[in-house]
Amino acid sequence: MAAQGSSIDAMSQFELHPVFGHLGASLGFAQSNLFMIVAALLTLGLLWVGMSPRAMVPGRLQSAAEMAYEAVMSMCVDTIGPEGRGFFPFVFTLFFFILFGNLLGVWPYDFTFTSHIVVTLALTLVVFFLSTGVGLYYHGGHFFSYFVPQGVPALLLPLLVPIEVLSYLSRIISLSVRLFANMMAGHVMLEVFGAFVVMLAGAGIIFWIPSALSEAVLIALIGFEILVATLQAYVFAILTCIYLHDAVHLH
Amino acid sequence: MDLASAKEIGAGLAVIALSGVGVGIGYIFAALVNSVARNPASRDRVFGLAILGFALTEAVALYALVIAFIILFV
Repeated sequence: MAAQGSSIDAMSQFELHPVFGHLGASLGFAQSNLFMIVAALLTLGLLWVGMSPRAMVPGRLQSAAEMAYEAVMSMCVDTIGPEGRGFFPFVFTLFFFILFGNLLGVWPYDFTFTSHIVVTLALTLVVFFLSTGVGLYYHGGHFFSYFVPQGVPALLLPLLVPIEVLSYLSRIISLSVRLFANMMAGHVMLEVFGAFVVMLAGAGIIFWIPSALSEAVLIALIGFEILVATLQAYVFAILTCIYLHDAVHLH
Repeated sequence: MDLASAKEIGAGLAVIALSGVGVGIGYIFAALVNSVARNPASRDRVFGLAILGFALTEAVALYALVIAFIILFV
């Protein structure tokens, strides 16, 4: 388990095991896939179930759905401009999929599918190819002028353009690693402090005070983890909007 | 020096980078407090930018953490 003998095993919580018995083993269906489906259903349900009353004066769930819609719509239009309305479904789905994925992981015994680099890398590649495709669609070949900043002397260009291209390509790594590392580090911290609580409590009655202190820190960490989950989903979405703004407006 | 000790020393060295991140995050919130003190009405607009800046700076901290984990466990 988490605390065996004198070492703390923090990383085995990220291993994937098939769920649903033989069906899961044959499909390769693991906890990660299960919670992706749960997060997708929650995202769908937020709008579908939330807006089904269609009341003029909204109840709580409809009000939450409308506020979510309004928040993401204003984020898209403020950042990207009028063309942002077209990207709203994508950004909304992305934001709430990542948000529910991150938040589900805080729940006991649930799995954070965004704590695997392959998942965040897949989401980042979708965003990267979308923004590059949008840039090429709107501007054609003129898109490559994005890498040549204005007002730069021609002598510096052979140095500056590769740096600009590299920084554009490094968006893939930065966007994916930011979300992945935040989620993985948060859960490693939770596992380590949980192991402290158990190990200290089992070591004798004199260690119950440090154990209780570790428990207090663990509770604070869970609160912090909820904050980080929400914040990282927001940062992913706002950076997607910023990259789409760069693609649409080329500056 | 055997490999396990070298890995642990390497991981410890890798997190020295967090000092820069601490300075950066402190600077962002110092700027936030300064700007809200000068113009309290701007609080809602500036707060979103501050949180975005904080998350981006924190990401650099986590890059250092990822390198430390790679050194330690891979």
